[in-house]
Amino acid sequence: MLSIKNLSASVDGKPILGGLSLELPAGEVHAIMGPNGAGKSTLSYVLTGREGYAATGGEVRLDGEDLLALNPAERATKGVFLSFQYPIEIPGVPAMTFLRTALNAHRKARGQAEMKAPEFLKLVGGKAAALRIDREMLRRALNVGFSGGEKKRMEILQMAVLEPRLAILDETDSGLDIDALRIVAEGVNAMRSADRSMLVITHYQRLLDYIRPDRVHVLAGGRIVASGGPELAHELEREGYDKYGAQAA
Amino acid sequence: MSLARAIETGDLAQLPSRREEDWHWTDLRGLIRALPALSTPIEGELAPGPFDALADRVVVIGNGRGPAESAGDGVTALRIVGRGEGAHAADHAIAVAPGASLVLLESHEGEGGHLAELDLAIRLGEGARLERVVLADEDAAAVVVSRAEVTLSPGSQFAQTVIASGARRERLEARIAHPGGGASARLDGLYVLEGQRHADITTVVTHAGMDGATEQLTKGVVRDQARGVFQGRIVVQPGADKTDARMGHHALILSERAEVDAKPELEIFADDVACAHGNTVGALDENALFYAEQRGIPEAEARALLTEAFLGEVVDRIEHEGAREVVRAWVAERLRGPRDEPVSGGRA
Repeated sequence: MLSIKNLSASVDGKPILGGLSLELPAGEVHAIMGPNGAGKSTLSYVLTGREGYAATGGEVRLDGEDLLALNPAERATKGVFLSFQYPIEIPGVPAMTFLRTALNAHRKARGQAEMKAPEFLKLVGGKAAALRIDREMLRRALNVGFSGGEKKRMEILQMAVLEPRLAILDETDSGLDIDALRIVAEGVNAMRSADRSMLVITHYQRLLDYIRPDRVHVLAGGRIVASGGPELAHELEREGYDKYGAQAA
Repeated sequence: MSLARAIETGDLAQLPSRREEDWHWTDLRGLIRALPALSTPIEGELAPGPFDALADRVVVIGNGRGPAESAGDGVTALRIVGRGEGAHAADHAIAVAPGASLVLLESHEGEGGHLAELDLAIRLGEGARLERVVLADEDAAAVVVSRAEVTLSPGSQFAQTVIASGARRERLEARIAHPGGGASARLDGLYVLEGQRHADITTVVTHAGMDGATEQLTKGVVRDQARGVFQGRIVVQPGADKTDARMGHHALILSERAEVDAKPELEIFADDVACAHGNTVGALDENALFYAEQRGIPEAEARALLTEAFLGEVVDRIEHEGAREVVRAWVAERLRGPRDEPVSGGRA
């Protein structure tokens, strides 16, 4: 489904990714682990097309389609979703309004009619309840004044409504206490399916106790330096990233 | 000196010029080389105005012709209609009796490159209330000045929201004589400018007595080669102690050649006052823009959504619900709808 070949990228003229390759088959959940500064967040921004994070070489294909040729909104409606490490506050736009605008943009891109408010309320209501998001929170401006846990739950709600083909979860566990982490992980796990893939980016193994990956990759020095099964995450937790730091350098 | 005086006398020297500090950014003397002939009466029926359906009475001033005064209670739709390329000026007076309440929904409906001034004289008696909403939808070729002299009484409440889309030159001015004594004024503004349009929102509030409150919030968005001007002056005279005055002006500049000039001024000659002002001019938040695009919202729509949200804070403060929704729809249309004039500059 997602195929990354020999991807290079620079930020402010400084090379961050160099020769990164990764195959993510449909239905699988892969974890990307690595030390701070390894390029984990850069990878998420290059995949989603953020300005200032342009690929300088290599290719990225989603279901065979050249992702790097598309603008951020086009990538999103093709099914690429990023759960942000630090979700952005959108003053003046109620979460509900934002969510409905986003869903209708997806529907428009697929040639479907807009979803009307009553139908949309029903759709969101059930999904929000599972994430313990109440009506009041949906009426507030998106992420404005939300706690860390509320922001992450709102990210997962957006994912649940938009039903992406590829979900990239960037440090989804950061800033969460154990209860919030459990709610978020349940939300993510509920979305695992045979035609959806996930890339879980994390520094710590903790999140992977809740979202069990099929494969674990180590990102260091801008490329994948090791891959293995879930046991690799435990090894990293015990031994740290030192040996990969040396290998990358 | 005023545009109205120049129109009455035919003397160009009467036009406000950049030599007057208040008119520095809206220099009519430097702009107008010849005065056109006086406007003729408007022929035929007018289509309904934007606020007609909300009003108890509709008052029309067409090309400077209309009643010299209107009632001070209920809901009035005051339509200031300009047609053609002539020049015209009008005076209109409204008195709100002590304890009475008026909602004044004023629409400026211009077509053609005319030259026009409207002078309003508004008085509020003790404990009277007035909410004034001005929806100024003028022609890109027009030069228009609207001035309101508002006199408050103790215990009265005055609120206004001025919404401007600009013109060749558009000046919307309000001068408030504020006696304190528990009276309050809210003076809000909103401008959405494109092409080569120019809008100037100017307010002067003079606090002359103790215990008065003034609150101002103006927000604007400019693109193409448009120019927004905000001048807000609050004067707290000696003896006007315990005045509470707050002023905010915030603008977004959406393209390189657009311009915003802002002059917030507080002149305080009294003691124990709470006065503050804030002024910011910037671009749309690129992080918010990317976030919205990552959710599948195309860039142009994402910009409109964020811009609408930015301006929404001013719209939300309009108390009359019907008027608030008319204004909200008008702003949305302005940000997303078809643009009414060719654009020669770059657009971000």
